[in-house]
Amino acid sequence: MTMIRLEDVSKVYRTDRIETLALDRIDLTVEDGEFLAVMGPSGCGKTTLLNLIGLLDTPSEGTVHLAGEPIRTRKDRALAKIRNRTIGFVFQSFHLIPDLKVVDNVEIPLLYRDLTAKERRRRALHALDQVGLSSRIDHFPGQLSGGQQQRVAIARALVGEPRLLLADEPTGNLDSAMGQEILSLLEEVNREDGTTVVMVTHDPAMAERARRTLRLYDGRQVA
Amino acid sequence: MLRHALGMAWKVLGRRKVFTGISLFGISFTLAVLMLAAALLDHVFGAQPPETRLGRTLGIYGLGMVGESASSTGFPGYRFLESHARDLPAVERESFFRNLGWITAYHRGRKLTYWLKRTDGAFWQILEFDFVEGGPFAAEDVDRARRVAVINASTRDAFFGGGPAVGRTVDVEGAPHEVVGVVRDVPFLRFTPFADVWAPLTTAPNDAWRDEVRGDFQAILLARSRADFPEIKAVFAHRIAEAVPPPGEFDRYHAGADTYFEFVSRAVFSSQADASHPARLRALLATAAVLFMLLPSLNLVNLNLSRILERSGEIGVRKAFGASARALTGQFLVENVVLTLLGGAAGLVLAALALAGLESTGWIPHADFRLNLRIFAWGLALALGFGLLSGVYPAWRMSRLDPVQALRKRTSR
Repeated sequence: MTMIRLEDVSKVYRTDRIETLALDRIDLTVEDGEFLAVMGPSGCGKTTLLNLIGLLDTPSEGTVHLAGEPIRTRKDRALAKIRNRTIGFVFQSFHLIPDLKVVDNVEIPLLYRDLTAKERRRRALHALDQVGLSSRIDHFPGQLSGGQQQRVAIARALVGEPRLLLADEPTGNLDSAMGQEILSLLEEVNREDGTTVVMVTHDPAMAERARRTLRLYDGRQVA
Repeated sequence: MLRHALGMAWKVLGRRKVFTGISLFGISFTLAVLMLAAALLDHVFGAQPPETRLGRTLGIYGLGMVGESASSTGFPGYRFLESHARDLPAVERESFFRNLGWITAYHRGRKLTYWLKRTDGAFWQILEFDFVEGGPFAAEDVDRARRVAVINASTRDAFFGGGPAVGRTVDVEGAPHEVVGVVRDVPFLRFTPFADVWAPLTTAPNDAWRDEVRGDFQAILLARSRADFPEIKAVFAHRIAEAVPPPGEFDRYHAGADTYFEFVSRAVFSSQADASHPARLRALLATAAVLFMLLPSLNLVNLNLSRILERSGEIGVRKAFGASARALTGQFLVENVVLTLLGGAAGLVLAALALAGLESTGWIPHADFRLNLRIFAWGLALALGFGLLSGVYPAWRMSRLDPVQALRKRTSR
């Protein structure tokens, strides 16, 4: 089954003075269970592509298909529901909420589902167990190392059992040992749970670990 | 979700203590002033002893007379009330009473001043006074012009040094009256029941009051239920329309059977006694409250915007993980309402202190400004209103932040 299909997708950012073409007629198909790396220099449109796939942004032209369905709606509630049920995000700078304990951070995606507090907690603890952080549930993000914070972010991305995991330079703020650890975790999620992973990186060594690499340059697909 | 929002609200309050302090100060001060006003209004208009049946009581509190070239407003006299306010349909009981104002009396060589009211027997059946000694005088006492009186606790203290008063005598307009009952002090601003000494209508020094169309009387009408108000008002209005004043410069009456609030609204909006404007008075009070809240609300809107802007990273994350704009609006509103409820609680304490201070000055005789459940409910409503007024716009604006833009900012404190 095809998880992602981008048909002739372009994205243009317009201001009063300038028009910037961030992505230019991208065609992309990612099968269910694939691990795709997106590579390219800074400003080539990698994050824009991820935002379009993640329904955080809408294309100026073309169509995004997700899990076999074309995304035609622009309604906030409908898009929020698809993001909540289908997609998990991992960000370069973790984006954990500093006032919330680790377990509460992980519960965030479940807050927007019709679940009891007990069930939310059970699932969050399970996700933290998956990333090896069961002993840190009551810590606050500021009390954890960068690698641990990223593992919490991965637990948060996985807690809703999404079919698609989007990781935007997940190792960008980590040293290489921690980066390897995080990458191994993503590989494990892809291998064992069959979760489709799309990872943006500028590190060729990281990209080599993916099954396929998409290369962008100046908003264009070059390989 | 609500629990999470409440927990988040608590955490956000602890983030910037100076911001929180400034916000809470503004909110509590604003709400304290409004609660103070609500307490004063409740003190005047709310149902409380002895006016426990205020919900089904109408009154004839004033009388206007109009002619070709002159008009006059004042109080009705006994003859007017006897002719037009007696035996109205659906009225369970009516009472006619006189306000004689401050009276000077001498007791064992001491000069004492008290407020005298002369009443009929029904007065004591419509109003529920709290007797600390004895009881009221009855209709029969009034009919037989027995020289009896009810006094309040302060008057008992002044006359008898706090000792038992029933069976002893007080001087009422030059005649000794036997005290038959002592009641707890009634606040001055409860104009219908208030007095220091209540004596029968019939023990007045003369009977001139019986023939007066205009005088110093007022009437209260106890309806069977509030639903009977329209009928009572209509019949009274009809009687007044058909009545003709005694020959002279006036040719018609203006009067109404009103709730006390309606009567005050007449006084506020009209010099004529024929139009009551309770809805306008309510609107005026509500507008004043909203205007008073507007400036601090705008201030709080600004503070909220800057507080929420700091959280754009968090907003981005929540959106990415499935929060709709509606869910985020709800969350921020809950946070703001928690803040204003805290401010409201502080405001309630401030208002209670201010009321205790006002009460202790003695400027308003026998004032009793205790906060009751009604004031608490008003306070809660005001705090919620303030929270929504100052929270809706920032919450709405922030919930519509573009997630891509929001995620560019760090999720920071």
